[in-house]
Amino acid sequence: MQLTLWSYEGPPHIGAMRIVTSMTGVHLVLHAPQGDTYADLLFTMIERRSQRPPVSYTSFQARELGGDTAELVKRTIQETFDRCRPQLILVGESCTAELIQDQPGALAQGMELPIPVLALELPAYTRKENWGASETFYQLVRGLLKSRVPAPGTERELRHAGARPLANLLGPTALGFRCRDDVVEITRLLESIGVGVNVVAPLGASPQDVLRLPEADFNVCLYPEIVDQTCDWLRRSFGQPTIKTVPIGIGAIHDFIAEIGRVAGIDVGTTAAPSSARLAWHSRSVDSTYLTGKRVFIFGDATHAVAAARMASEELGFTVVGLGTYAREFAREVREAAKRYGVEPLITDDYLEVEAQVAQAHPELVLGTQMERHIAKRLGVPCAVISAPAHVQDFPARYAPQMGFEGANVIFDTWVHPLMMGLEEHLITMFREDFEFHEGAAPSHLGGSKMAQPGAESALAIDDSIAPTAVETDAAVMTWAVDAEQELKKIPFFVRGKARRNTERFAQERGILTITVETLYDAKAHFGR
Amino acid sequence: MTTPVFGCDVANVVYERGQRQAFCGLAGIVWLHRKIQDAFFLVVGSRTCAHLLQSAAGVMIFAEPRFATAILQERDLAGMADCNQELDRVVAEVLGRRPDIKSLFLVGSCPSEVIKLDLNKAAERLSAQYQGRVQVFDYSGSGLDTTFTQGEDTCLLALVPHLPALPATERNLLILGTLPDVVEDQFTRLFTELGINTVHFLPPRRIEALPPVGAGTTLLLAQPFLGETARALQKRGATLLTAPFPFGVEGTLGWLRAATEAWGIAAERLDAVTAAPIARAQQALSRQRALLSGKRITFLPDSQLEIPLARFLARECGMELVEVATPFLERQLMAPELALLPADVRLTEGQDLEAQLERLRTDRPDLTVCGLGLANPLEAEGLRTKWSIELVFSPVHGFDQAADLAELFARPLVRGALLQV
Repeated sequence: MQLTLWSYEGPPHIGAMRIVTSMTGVHLVLHAPQGDTYADLLFTMIERRSQRPPVSYTSFQARELGGDTAELVKRTIQETFDRCRPQLILVGESCTAELIQDQPGALAQGMELPIPVLALELPAYTRKENWGASETFYQLVRGLLKSRVPAPGTERELRHAGARPLANLLGPTALGFRCRDDVVEITRLLESIGVGVNVVAPLGASPQDVLRLPEADFNVCLYPEIVDQTCDWLRRSFGQPTIKTVPIGIGAIHDFIAEIGRVAGIDVGTTAAPSSARLAWHSRSVDSTYLTGKRVFIFGDATHAVAAARMASEELGFTVVGLGTYAREFAREVREAAKRYGVEPLITDDYLEVEAQVAQAHPELVLGTQMERHIAKRLGVPCAVISAPAHVQDFPARYAPQMGFEGANVIFDTWVHPLMMGLEEHLITMFREDFEFHEGAAPSHLGGSKMAQPGAESALAIDDSIAPTAVETDAAVMTWAVDAEQELKKIPFFVRGKARRNTERFAQERGILTITVETLYDAKAHFGR
Repeated sequence: MTTPVFGCDVANVVYERGQRQAFCGLAGIVWLHRKIQDAFFLVVGSRTCAHLLQSAAGVMIFAEPRFATAILQERDLAGMADCNQELDRVVAEVLGRRPDIKSLFLVGSCPSEVIKLDLNKAAERLSAQYQGRVQVFDYSGSGLDTTFTQGEDTCLLALVPHLPALPATERNLLILGTLPDVVEDQFTRLFTELGINTVHFLPPRRIEALPPVGAGTTLLLAQPFLGETARALQKRGATLLTAPFPFGVEGTLGWLRAATEAWGIAAERLDAVTAAPIARAQQALSRQRALLSGKRITFLPDSQLEIPLARFLARECGMELVEVATPFLERQLMAPELALLPADVRLTEGQDLEAQLERLRTDRPDLTVCGLGLANPLEAEGLRTKWSIELVFSPVHGFDQAADLAELFARPLVRGALLQV
């Protein structure tokens, strides 16, 4: 058993729901007890979808368990077919149905419906949501295309001279982070380098569209968590190369374009960033100087976390003080990235562990999921959401991609907005005892200092909670002089805990029993950046 | 206009079976854990259970929640791990983190039920282990047995054997069902003015303050979904009063009257004590009635509050009931309410979602009360909706909330009329 307070991912059948809800002409029949229909609200409330997910539930209850639940499965499938006339039915089960072993997939296939019926295996006790989405899309693509796979050794037909290369955009799904707008942005970007889009899937795709996947020259793997496996199968089966760079951030966009150039055999050497690409100039603008070295903690799915770390470090001049993911399947990528930034990778889906690590790292900005928003709020640290799972406010009405040049603009604004402006920060450091312009106040452009104050207080509380443990190691002897304690309070709260620990370590190593103002500044010089 | 005839015959109830669109009983944890402030709810279930709780709670609770899920893993199911040992370990972890916890509810789920994990035995074992520090209870919130609010019934039922005995010479009035603290305080004041001084509430705000029960207990239900708990309290000697539920002026007055009659308090006193709050409520209600009168409403089956709320909206707000559907009809508890419903109302028990939506599309009522999953799709079809879950979370009982309750239904209509886009 695993103790869980908040979870980053739902069970695997939620992943299957994300795939069918993304698509048209596909329906999922879920063998699931009463109550599992809650999942509809993820789509209709969080993402504000105007239609119910194309999912039928058997809704079995205790009284059916004694009787014939298999009959209930067949009836549900038949009624779904009669009512919705989908082009394809997927059949799966949720955690409870898995235990009663009705084999709904086999039952469905025995019904001889006049459309393809695919049985999904979604092991609820070992796998999670992203795996379920990946597996469902893979089974669906493979199921529809396996009879069309050319014999091994068949040469791939060359595209006509002069014809522009075509790409499939794979991975965007319902409930994915900003997928809707990323698709628009990447389609524009490809257009600008002379590449057409063949099929976008699963978002907005029908089974017919899936059948057209092999017509593209290559696949763009936008969200590896969802389509890594499918891209790999398409590469092996149809000889379609995969573009693996995820175009989040200016550096990655250029790598992405270069990779496409190599794979598609087109000249992209002269492709310039459009004039609407403003991140680079905004970041070089002198007012951004105050962003330098801001301590940032990053946690999310692997794709967005790794991309955020690169942007934070190379494009905003932040210091990455924490990097992690809940996506164990992609831990390797995050470990490699963490090595580049000299931080210990955090691979966990335990919300409490993430919270402890964030508190420990004393970041000035947290980039994370909906869960890290909670953590940051509690610690009184600014936060921006960069990855699913996200809440309703992260499905904005406006165009707000993460990918491509406009995505980089959006990210610059989103990350910088919660921070204190440069001059404001200076003034607060200078006049620390100003009664209305103190560290507990929120950035003035965000208004409502009342909101921020409890958060700031809790950040102080963390300092205090760290203090005793640090001192206890040598509690019998080491003390802080009153004036040193006063001086410590003048240090910005988000680094105060660290200053306290460093000073105590410094004193301990030198056998200093009373920490004075002098000791504090000696330690500051010793540990200074 | 014809004069409506009241008194609905249960023989006319249509029973439906099919896909259901309601939460399971685990959803009750969302309000129960806020009400019982020293309790922790540990669901023994799957990742789905954890995900449901988190979705139903809307990730709206910024404090560390006093609920969690012990997620069953492959090794628990394969028998490689001893589920009881695993549970003990998880419970120790929870209680280690939260020394302030005085009671722990082990909450059964669909998977724990299917694998026949005996949480009752586990609760006994853990109660003995943590004796003097934490009381451990168990109940089922499984979707196999419970629909949405029924999870509160199974939870409170688990407390009944632990209620202290009321001394044989004493009387008390026991109010059953979670009420917001502000409403509890209002009712306590009203009962005091009426001359009933020993009023207890189940669930209590702290588990240490479990109310006593015995032959001197008169029992009033504040919520309609607590039939099993009511029956268990009757077995412990309590007398169940027959009354409508305290929604709206009529319901609240009938509910208070049942108590005063049982306590032998003169009708004049009831009239005197309630006159001012009733006048206040009527005045506030009149504004909402102007907005709701003549509007047609359908209830999809969800919270089991449908019948009393339909009665309130029909009789005090002038709404026309198109269909009133309820997941489960407690015929005995609901009898006083059914007597007040229009005789020709279309009553449905159970659910066959697709058939129901077809009727809804034909009826096209002005307002549809439904769960969160359906609201936006119905809005997109041009139907105004009211989320039923809000009715369980908001203070809606009693005289002083009657207008607030009506306003919850008026708001979507007002908004619909306001918007020009």
